[in-house]
Amino acid sequence: MKAIRQITFAGIFGVILSACAMLPDGPSNESITQLMKQSFAERGSAKLDRLDQSELQRVCSDYTGKEVPKAVKEKLEQAALASVKYPADGKYLGDFSRGERIAQSGIGMQFSDAPGTVAGGNCYACHQISKQELAYGNIGPTLYNYGKLRGDSEAILKYTWARIYNAHAFNACNSMPRFGAAGILTEAQMKDVMALLLDPKSPVNQ
Amino acid sequence: MGLSASALAGAQPKDATEAEIEKYRQMLQDGNPAELVSLKGEGLWKKKQGPNQVSLESCDLGLGPGVVRGANAQLPRYFADSDAVMDLETRIVFCKVMIQGLERDKVIARPYSGAGQSATDLEALVAYVVEESRGMKINVPQQHLKEKEAFARGEKIFYFRAGPYDFSCASCHAVDNQRIRLQGLPNLTKTEPAQKAFASWPAYRVSQGALRTMQWRIYDCFRQQRFPELKYLSPAAVDLITYLGVRANGGVMETPSIKR
Repeated sequence: MKAIRQITFAGIFGVILSACAMLPDGPSNESITQLMKQSFAERGSAKLDRLDQSELQRVCSDYTGKEVPKAVKEKLEQAALASVKYPADGKYLGDFSRGERIAQSGIGMQFSDAPGTVAGGNCYACHQISKQELAYGNIGPTLYNYGKLRGDSEAILKYTWARIYNAHAFNACNSMPRFGAAGILTEAQMKDVMALLLDPKSPVNQ
Repeated sequence: MGLSASALAGAQPKDATEAEIEKYRQMLQDGNPAELVSLKGEGLWKKKQGPNQVSLESCDLGLGPGVVRGANAQLPRYFADSDAVMDLETRIVFCKVMIQGLERDKVIARPYSGAGQSATDLEALVAYVVEESRGMKINVPQQHLKEKEAFARGEKIFYFRAGPYDFSCASCHAVDNQRIRLQGLPNLTKTEPAQKAFASWPAYRVSQGALRTMQWRIYDCFRQQRFPELKYLSPAAVDLITYLGVRANGGVMETPSIKR
C-alpha cells in the first residue's frame, strides 16, 4: 500500500515537473534588467542605472493590474512615508503663480533635455487643477478647489506635502512620480506647487 | 465608421472633443504625405545599391524572397537564416547588409529624420513595405520557441517600472479612457485598442512633418518615460514590438497612417 502511494506521488510529481518544464514561469526580473541595459545607451542625465529597479519599482511592476497583497502594500507604504522630508523651516506654501508654471511644465530628466535643466512637475498631464486650463489629463483625480474643499490646517499641509513627495505613502504602486523622494522637484518648487493647491488666493481655490 | 462608434461607446460628454479629433483624422487621410515617402521607398527597394550592386527585391521579409505584399502584417517573426526574431526594421537592415553588402554601422547611423527633414532611406523603405500591408489582417506568429520567448520578455518590459518617474508602458497604457493632457492613451492590454494602435504605426506625424516608424514610436515613449536612449533595433525594442503585435492579432493594418 505504502509503495503504491509512493509510486502515485512520484507520478504526480512527475506530471507537475514536466508541466513546469513546458510552461516556465517566464523570464526573471534579473534577466530583463540585463536585457534592458544592453538595449539602452546613456545620454545626458539619463544613465543606465535608471534601469536598476528599486524594491518598490520591482514589486509594483509585478503587481501592475493586480491587487498588491495587504502586508506587502503596508510595508511599501511605511517605507514611503518614512522617506518624506518635511520643509526644514516649517513653511509649506510658496508662490502660487510660480506653482502654476511648474504644474504646466513637462520638461526635465529626459535624455533629450540638456543636463541641469530644471524639471517641471507636469501636473496638468494627469490632473485638472485651475479652471482656466482646459488641456488637462485624467490619470489622476481633479485638484480643482483642492484647498477650498480641505482648508489649510497643519494636518492637510503635511498630508499634501507627503502626497507630492512620495505618493506611495498612501497608495503604494499608484502611478504618480515621487516628486520629492526621486529629486524631481526641489523643496522650493514643491512649496510653490503646494501654494497653487492650498493658498486661498490661488486660482485653484476661486 | 466602426472605429468612431466604438470610440464614442464609452462616452462622457467631453468626448465631443474626441469626435472632432476623429473627424480631423479622417480629413487628413485624404492627403497623407506618407504616400510620397513610400514612393521614394519603392524606388529605393528596386534600386541596385551597395558593393554587390543588387536591389532588395530578393529580400525575404518572412513570406519568401521578394514577397512584400502582406509581409509586415506578419512581423516580427522568427527567421531561420539568422536564428532570431526580427521586426521589419531589423529585417530591412539585415537585407541591406547581407544582400547589398553594406556596412551595418553605416546603414543604421541615422535611422530617423529630424523634424521637417526629408525621410531617411530606412524610413522610406519602411513606408513602402508597410503600405503593401495596408488592409491586411495582423497575424504575428507564435509558433517558434524564440517567438514565444520574445513575447514573454516583451510582456515583462511592458510592465517594467524604472527610472526617476517610476513609469512603465503600463503607467499610461493599461486603463480605459485615459488621457495625458488632451492626448488619448490606448489601453494596450485590451484587444480592440491594442489592434487599433498597432495597426496605425508607422505613421506620418503632421506636427513633425515626418514619417515615424514603429522603432521610433517605442524610442520616443521610453524618452518620455525618462529611460536612457533606446538603441535602434535593440533586443528590448524587438521584444516589445513582438508583444504589441501578438496582442494586436486579428486587427487590420492601416499603415502608414496619419496622426496629429
